[in-house]
Amino acid sequence: MMATTLPQPPFRLDQKRIAQAILLAALVLVVFRGVLPAGLVRLPGALVLPFADWINAGFDFARDDLGLMTFTRAFSDVVEFCLDVTANLLYGKSRWPHVGPIPWVVIAATAGMAGYALGGLRLGVLAGGTFVWIAVMGQWKWAMETLSVIVVAVPFSVIFGLLMGVLAWRYRMAERILNPILNIAQSLPHFAYMIPVVVFIGVGPKAGAIVTIIFSVPPMIRMSLLGLRAVSPEIIESGKMSGTTRLQLMTRVRLPAARTEILIGVNQVIMQSLAMVVLASFIGMPGLGQKLLQLLQGLKIGLSVEIGVTIVLLAIVLDRLSKAWALKQPEHVEGSWLRRHRVLAVWLGLVALGFVAAWSHPYFAEVERKQALSMAGPVDAVVGGFIDLIDPVTDWLRWFLITWVLIPLRNAFLWLPTTAVLLALVGVGWRIGGWRSALVCLAFALPIALSGWWDRAMITAYTVFVAVALALMIGVPLGLLGAANETRARRFLLVCDTAQTFPSFIYLIPVIMLFGVNDVAVIAAVMVFATVPIVRYTIEGLRSIPPEIVESAQMSGASAGQLLRHVKLPLAVPTLVVGANQSIMFALFMVIIAAFIGTQDLGQEMQRALSSTDVGKGLVLGLAVAFMGLMADHLLLKWARNHEAAMGR
Amino acid sequence: MTASDVVISCKNVWKVFGDRPERLVLTPSTTLDELRATNHIAAVRDVSLEIRRGEMLVVMGLSGSGKSTLVRCLARLLDVTSGSVEVEGRDIGKLTETELIELRRKKMGMVFQSFGLLPHRTALENVAFPLEMRGQDRASRIARARDMLTLVGLKGREGYFPRELSGGQQQRVGIARSLAVEPDIWFLDEPFSALDPLIRREMQDEFLRLKGMLAKTIVFITHDFDEALRLADRIAIMKDGAVEQIDTPENIVMAPATPYVAKFTEAIDRTRVVHAGALAQPVEGRAIEGEPLPADETLHALARRIVSDSRALIPLSHKGRIAGLLDRKAALDLLLGPAA
Repeated sequence: MMATTLPQPPFRLDQKRIAQAILLAALVLVVFRGVLPAGLVRLPGALVLPFADWINAGFDFARDDLGLMTFTRAFSDVVEFCLDVTANLLYGKSRWPHVGPIPWVVIAATAGMAGYALGGLRLGVLAGGTFVWIAVMGQWKWAMETLSVIVVAVPFSVIFGLLMGVLAWRYRMAERILNPILNIAQSLPHFAYMIPVVVFIGVGPKAGAIVTIIFSVPPMIRMSLLGLRAVSPEIIESGKMSGTTRLQLMTRVRLPAARTEILIGVNQVIMQSLAMVVLASFIGMPGLGQKLLQLLQGLKIGLSVEIGVTIVLLAIVLDRLSKAWALKQPEHVEGSWLRRHRVLAVWLGLVALGFVAAWSHPYFAEVERKQALSMAGPVDAVVGGFIDLIDPVTDWLRWFLITWVLIPLRNAFLWLPTTAVLLALVGVGWRIGGWRSALVCLAFALPIALSGWWDRAMITAYTVFVAVALALMIGVPLGLLGAANETRARRFLLVCDTAQTFPSFIYLIPVIMLFGVNDVAVIAAVMVFATVPIVRYTIEGLRSIPPEIVESAQMSGASAGQLLRHVKLPLAVPTLVVGANQSIMFALFMVIIAAFIGTQDLGQEMQRALSSTDVGKGLVLGLAVAFMGLMADHLLLKWARNHEAAMGR
Repeated sequence: MTASDVVISCKNVWKVFGDRPERLVLTPSTTLDELRATNHIAAVRDVSLEIRRGEMLVVMGLSGSGKSTLVRCLARLLDVTSGSVEVEGRDIGKLTETELIELRRKKMGMVFQSFGLLPHRTALENVAFPLEMRGQDRASRIARARDMLTLVGLKGREGYFPRELSGGQQQRVGIARSLAVEPDIWFLDEPFSALDPLIRREMQDEFLRLKGMLAKTIVFITHDFDEALRLADRIAIMKDGAVEQIDTPENIVMAPATPYVAKFTEAIDRTRVVHAGALAQPVEGRAIEGEPLPADETLHALARRIVSDSRALIPLSHKGRIAGLLDRKAALDLLLGPAA
C-alpha cells in the first residue's frame, strides 16, 4: 500500500507571516542599534512637528478672533453665581442669599435621612455618620468647599450629558462625531483638561467647577445613549398607541423608561466630579484636595490620613447613595398622608430639631478648630514607629528595585530605537488584527514620535509597563483566591468596587508614607491602583464560566489544579485581558497624577505646562497619553474579541 | 355588506426589511428567494383582507409568520413597503403625524404581549396615560381610569406599580389602558402568550366577557390555534408573511384550504368547533318529524341527543324556525369517526 502524503499548502503571505516579518525587521533594528544612523534611533529634529504651536494658534484664534472668551465668560459667570449660592449655604461665604451656613447637624441629618430613604438603616447610618465624622474632626469647611463645587457641577454635567446623549440617539451623524471624541476624552489625563480651562477662566473655585463639569460629561452622554437604546420596543409602541407626540414620547416614555441607566450615568458623573474636584487643587481649588496636597507636600502623614479617610468616606457615601437611587424600584404605600410621607416628616422634624440645637449651643452649628477631635498626633506616632520598624525592609526594597530593576529597565526603554518600537507596534497590530490594526497602531504611535516627546513617553510607558506587570503578578493570584467560592467572590468584588470609587489621589498617601518621594513610590502607587481592575476581572472571568463546563471537566476526572490550568484559566483569559486593558488605563491616569511626587515623564512636563498655562503643550502631552491608552485598548480588546469568537462565545 | 361596514381594509400589503426595500418592485408573484438574493426579508407578503365593523378577526401563525408585523402595519407602527391600509376609508399611510396621533387618541387601542406598561407609573397612572396625552383634565381622567381598572377586576390595586403585579394583573392593566380612550378598533398582539396556561384560560374568559359588553372591531394576534378557534369570528392563518386561509373557524376546520392549514386542524376536536347548522341539508319538502335541535350548538354539545335520537334526518331550528335537516349518520361519523 502506498503511503499517501497530504499535499503541502502553498506558501501564502498570511497575517501571521507578515507580522513575523515585520517583528523580525524590528528585531534587526534593535540588534544593529550600534551601527544605525542617528535618524533611525531617534527621529531627526526636522521631522518633529510643532503640534503645540498649531494648537496654540487655534486656541488664540478661538479666543481672540471668534470671541469665544465672551461665551466662556458668560458661562463662567452663571457657574460662579451658582457656586456663590452653594458656598453661602454650605459654609457661610458672604454672598447672596446670605442665609448660611446651614448648621452641620442639619446637613448630617439630611444626609442620614437620604441614606435611610434610599438604602435603609445601614446606608442612613453610613451617610449621617460620615458627616458627623467630618464635623467632629474639624474638617467641615474644607469638605463643604469641595461639596459646594460638586453640588453645582453635577447638575450641569448631567444636563449637558443628557442633551448630548439625546442628540446622539436622535441623529446618527451626531453619534458618529461624538464617539471618537468621547473615546479620546475618556482617556485624556485629568491635567490635560485643566490647562485650557486655566487659560480661559483662570484659577480658583470657578475654574475648578468648570473643569469638573467638562470632565464629568462623557460618561453621562454614554449612559443616556445606552439607556435610550435599551428601552423595550413594546413600551415605545404602547406610548405611540397612546397617542403621544414626539416630545411627549421622549419626556414621558423614553426618558423615564431609561431611568436606571440615566441614574447610573449620574452616579458616574458624581464619582468623576469628586475625583476631579480633589485634583483641581492644582489649579487653586480650595477644599479637601488642596488641604491634602499641602499636607502631602509637607509630609504630614497623620493629618493627611485624616483627610484621606474623609475623602474615602465621602466617595463611598456619594457612590452608595447615587447607586441606591438608581436601583431603587418604585413601591406603593397605602394609608394616610403622614404614613405615605413618613420619611419626609421625620426629616422635617430632624431639621427643625437641628436648627434648635444649633441655636441653643454653638457646637452644633460649627465645630471650632480647637474643639476638633484630631488624632493626627497619635497617628503620626504610630505610623512613625511602624515606619521605623519596617524601614530596613523598605529601604532594601527601594534600593533593590531602583538599582536592579527600575533603572536598567528604564534605560532599556530609552535605549530602544524609535523606528524599532514603531515597527514592533505595527507588527503586533498586524498579528492581532491585520493591516487595519497595524494602521491604527501607527496612527496612534507616529504622532507621539513626531511630537518630540518620545523620551518622556517612553518613561511613561516604562512606568506603566512595570506597574501593570507587578499588578498582574499580584492581582491574578488574588483574583484566584477570591473566586474560590461565591461568598468570598462577592466580598472581594465589594472591596474592588469600593476601592474603585476612591479618587486616585488617595492612593498616594500610604505610598508616600512607606516609600517617601521617589520612583518606587510612583510605581507602587500606580501598581496598587492598577491591581484593582485585575483582581476584579479575574474573579468575574472565573465566575462567568458556565457550570456545565466545569462539571463536565470534573466528571472527566480533572483534579483541582488541572481544572484551573486546562479549563478555567483558558476560558477566563479574554475577560482577564479586558481587565488588563482597564488596568493600563488606570495606570496611565495614575502615572500622570503621581508626577507631582517627582517623575521625569509626560506627567512632569504636563505639570510644567499647567504652571506656565501652555495650552498647546499641555494638550499635546495629554493626547500622547491618550493615544498610548487608546492603542493598548484597541489591541487588547481586539485580541479578546478574536479569542472569544474563536471559542464560540 | 356595504362599503361603510368595512372598518379596516388592507390591499396587497407588503412589509419588507433590508437594505433598500423602497427600491423593490413588488408583485404578487415576487418570491422570498428573489428578495433574499438582494438582502431583503419579507415579513408580510401581499396581504389583502377586510375587517368589518364589530367583527373579531384572529390572525394566527407561528413565530416568524409575520402576524405581529401585520398588526403593526394596521396600526401604522410600521409603514408598509407597498400596498395600502385603509381605516374607515382613509389611507393611513397618507396621514400626517398629527392626524395619525389624533386617530390613535380617539379610535385605536392596543394590547401588547409583554404588556408595555410604563414602569415608573402606577396602574392607575398607566391607564390614565392615553387620556393625559390627549390633554384630558386630571379629575376626569383619574375617574375614567378607576372605572377601567374596576372593569378589568383590579379595584384596590390602583396604587400598585407594574412590577408589584402578577403577569395576569399587568395584562389587565394593559387591557384597561387600551380601552381607556373608548377606541372603536382594538388591536391585541398575543395578549395572553406570556401568561401561564391557567391564567391564560381565565383571561380568555374575561376577554370574551369584555368583548360581549363592548362591541368593538377587534384584531387579535395569536400563535395558539385553540385560542383562535375559541375567540374568533374569522381566522386568518399566516405562513411566511402570506395569508394561507381566511375564514370562519368552522370552515377552516371542515375545509382547510392548504396542507399547511390542514396540519393545524388535524389535531383539533372538530365537534367542539362545528355547529349542527354547518351539516344541515335544505328541507326541500321533506317531512319534519318531532322536536328540532338547535342549529347554533356545537355537535359536541348535542352529542348525547344525536346518539340517542332514532331519526335519520333530524330537524334543526334557528331562531324559532326550521333551518334544515341534520343527516344523523354524517353527524355520528364526525363524532365517532367513520364506521369501520
